[in-house]
Amino acid sequence: MTLALPSAPSQSPRRQVFVATALAAAAAGMLIAGMLAVWMKFRAGAPTRVSSDGLKVIKDWMSKDTIVPEVAANTMFATFPFAALMAQWAVYSAKRRDGQHRSLALAILFVIGIALVNAQVAIYAQMEVVLAESAYGTLFYAITGTMLALIAIGMVFTAVAFFRSVGGRDDDLQVVSANALYWYFLTAAFTAVWFFVYVQK
Amino acid sequence: MTTIDTHVGASTKSSGSSVVASVGQWVTSSDHKKIGRLFIGWSLVHAIEVAVIGAIFGLERMSPSSMQIFKGDAIVQLSWLFRHVLVLGLIAPLFIGLAIAVVPMQIGSKAISFARLAQYGFWSWFFGSALVLISIIGNGGPGGGNSDMVDLFLLGVGLIIVGLLAASVSIATTILTSRAPGMALDMMPAFSWSALIGSIATLLSLPVAIGSIVYLYVDHTYAQNAFGGNKGIETWLGWVYSTPQTFVFVIMALGVLAEIAPVAARIRQPQRPIVLAGLGLISTAIIGAVTQSQHVLTLTGTNGDKLSSTVLFLLTSGLPLLGVFVTIAVSLLSMKEGRPKVGASFAFAVLGAIMVLVGFAGSFIGNIDKAGLVGTSFAEGTTLYLAYGGLLIALGALTHWAPKLWGVVLDDKKVLGLTGLGLIGTVLAAFPLYIAGFANQPAHAVNGFDYDGPVALWNIASALGSALIVLTVLAYVGLLVTAVRAGAGASDDPWDAHTLEWSIPSPAPANNFASLATVSSSEPLLDAKPSQEVSA
Repeated sequence: MTLALPSAPSQSPRRQVFVATALAAAAAGMLIAGMLAVWMKFRAGAPTRVSSDGLKVIKDWMSKDTIVPEVAANTMFATFPFAALMAQWAVYSAKRRDGQHRSLALAILFVIGIALVNAQVAIYAQMEVVLAESAYGTLFYAITGTMLALIAIGMVFTAVAFFRSVGGRDDDLQVVSANALYWYFLTAAFTAVWFFVYVQK
Repeated sequence: MTTIDTHVGASTKSSGSSVVASVGQWVTSSDHKKIGRLFIGWSLVHAIEVAVIGAIFGLERMSPSSMQIFKGDAIVQLSWLFRHVLVLGLIAPLFIGLAIAVVPMQIGSKAISFARLAQYGFWSWFFGSALVLISIIGNGGPGGGNSDMVDLFLLGVGLIIVGLLAASVSIATTILTSRAPGMALDMMPAFSWSALIGSIATLLSLPVAIGSIVYLYVDHTYAQNAFGGNKGIETWLGWVYSTPQTFVFVIMALGVLAEIAPVAARIRQPQRPIVLAGLGLISTAIIGAVTQSQHVLTLTGTNGDKLSSTVLFLLTSGLPLLGVFVTIAVSLLSMKEGRPKVGASFAFAVLGAIMVLVGFAGSFIGNIDKAGLVGTSFAEGTTLYLAYGGLLIALGALTHWAPKLWGVVLDDKKVLGLTGLGLIGTVLAAFPLYIAGFANQPAHAVNGFDYDGPVALWNIASALGSALIVLTVLAYVGLLVTAVRAGAGASDDPWDAHTLEWSIPSPAPANNFASLATVSSSEPLLDAKPSQEVSA
C-alpha cells in the first residue's frame, strides 16, 4: 500500500550551484590551508642566518641568489580584490537583468584571470627557483602551482558564465553569484599565499 | 533556473537487451540509486579483497622466519595495500555509496544534485583504486622500488580522494538544497543527518591530503630531498588511514543505527535531538585529521603543555568517543521504550555499532602515552574494529533498504545467521591485535619481532577472523543475488517505517516521487499512518 502524504506545489532545488560552489570553495580552502601549514612547518625547521646588512636574522632556506619579485607579487595581491569587484559587478548587473553589463563584467574578469596567470609566470621566470635544489623549491612550486590551478578553474567558471550570459540567460543570477563567491574565495586564498610565500618568505 | 537533472528517466530507459546497452546504462546513468549501487558493489568486492589480504598478513606473521610468502619491501607494500583498501577502498566509499543511493529518497527529492558529479566521483574512485593496485603490483607505493610506480600510486590515491570529494559535494548539496517542502534540517531522518555531517567532514579533511599528495608528487618526481621520496608517503599520508580521520568515515555508519533502531522499536525516537547531537560530536575528529596528528595524551612538561595535550586529546579522541556512545546508548534506549521487533538489519547495525564503539575506545586508550601502545599493532586492531564494524553496519543498511534498491526483502533468518558469523569474524580479526599491541608487536610490520609463543596464536586468530569476514560477505552477496534473481517482490513499506522513502513503490522508480510531499515532522510517514505506535 502506498500512503498518500499531503502534497506540495512543485519547486526547484534551492540555490544548488551556489551551495555546491560554497562547499567546493571550503574544500579548496582546506587544501590551501593544509599546504600552507606544511610550508610553515618546513620554514620553522629551517636554519637561520644574519642578513647581508647585518640588521636582521632571516630563515636560511632559500638560495641566496633568489630574490622575490615584489612588484609582480604585490600586483597579483592588488589585482585579486579588483577581480572580486568585477565578479560582484556581474552579480549586480544580473540582479537587474542587465545582460550587457553582466557580460562585460564577466569578460573583464576573465581577462584579469589571464593577467594573474601572466603575473605568476613572470614570478617564476624572475625567481628562477631550482626545484631540486632545496625543500624550498618543492614547496614553492607545489603551492603556487596549486594556486595557479585554482585560478584556472575560476577562469573556466567565468568563461562558462560569460557564454551563458551572451547566450541570453537573463535568469542566470545563481551561476553568476556562485562565480563571484569562487572569486572571493580565490582572493582570500591568494592573500594567505601572498603573505606566507612572498612577504614572510 | 532549474539545475536539478530532469532527464534521469531518459538515461536509464532500456534501449535493448544487449550486454553493451546494459553496461552503457550503468556507465552513463544519472540515477542516484544506480550510482550508489556501483559504489556499494565495488566496495563489497574490496571487502573480500581486503579480508583476503588480512588473512595473508596474519599468516605471514605466524612465523616470518620459516613461512614467508612475501619478502623484502613487498611486505611493507602489502601492509599499505591492506590499510589503503580497508579505509579508502571499503569503509569510505561504502557509506558514500549508501548515502548517494538512499538520501535523496529519504529527504523527498526526485534526484541527487549534480548526478554526473556523483557519477564522476565513482569512476574517479574506481580508476584510482585500479591504479593503486597496479602500482603496488608493479613494485610501487610506499617503500616501492619502481619510481614510476610510486608516482602512479600517488596519482591513484589522488584520484580516489577527488572522487570521494566529488561524491561528498553531491550528497551535501542535495541535503542542503533539495529537501521536501517543510523539512527543516532538524527534521531530517537520522541517516541523512549523518550523511550531511559525514560528507561535510570529508570535504573539510580530505583536501588536506590532496595538498600532501601534490607535495609528495613534486618532491618525488623532481627533487627527492624534502619529503623522503617513497619512504615519506607514510609520514605525510599515513594519517588518512589512521584515527581520527577514519572516525570521519564511520559517522554515516552510526547514522544507520540511529535510523534503524526506532523502526525496529516501532516508536518515534524519544531523544531525537540527542541522537543528532551525538552524530555531530563525532565530527570533532576532523580537528585531529586536518592537523595530520593523532594527538597523543602526554602528561609531561609544563602545565601549559599538559593542558594543551589534554585539550587536543579530548577534542580528537574523547568527544568522538562520547558521540558514538551517546548515539548507540540513545538508539538502544528507544528499544526499551517501544515494542521491539529485532530483525537482521537491526542486529547487524547494533552489533556493528558496538564493534565501532570498541574501535573508538581502543583509539582513546591507544593514544594515552602512558599505555605504551603508540606504534604497536593495537592501532591496527582499532582500524579493523572500525572497518569491519562499519562493514557489518553497512550489511544491516543494505538489508534494511534492499526493498527500495533492489525490490526484494532478504530472508531474515538466513541474514540473522550471518550477523553472528560477521561478529565472530570482526572480534577474531581485531581483538588479538589489541592483545598483541600490549606485547609490543609493531604495527604494519612483520619482521623485527619475535612471534614465538602465544603471539603466533593471536596472529592466526586474526587471520581466521579475516577469513570469516570473507565468508560473511560472500554469503551475504549470495543471499542478495539469489533474492534478486528470484524476484520476490517487496511491499512498499515492509518494515512499517517512518520516513519518506517508504511512501514510494519498491523498488524505487527512476524519479523517486511522482509528486512532492509536504513534511511537518521528522516521521512524516508515521504521521500518515493509522495510529498504532507506542507513544514516546
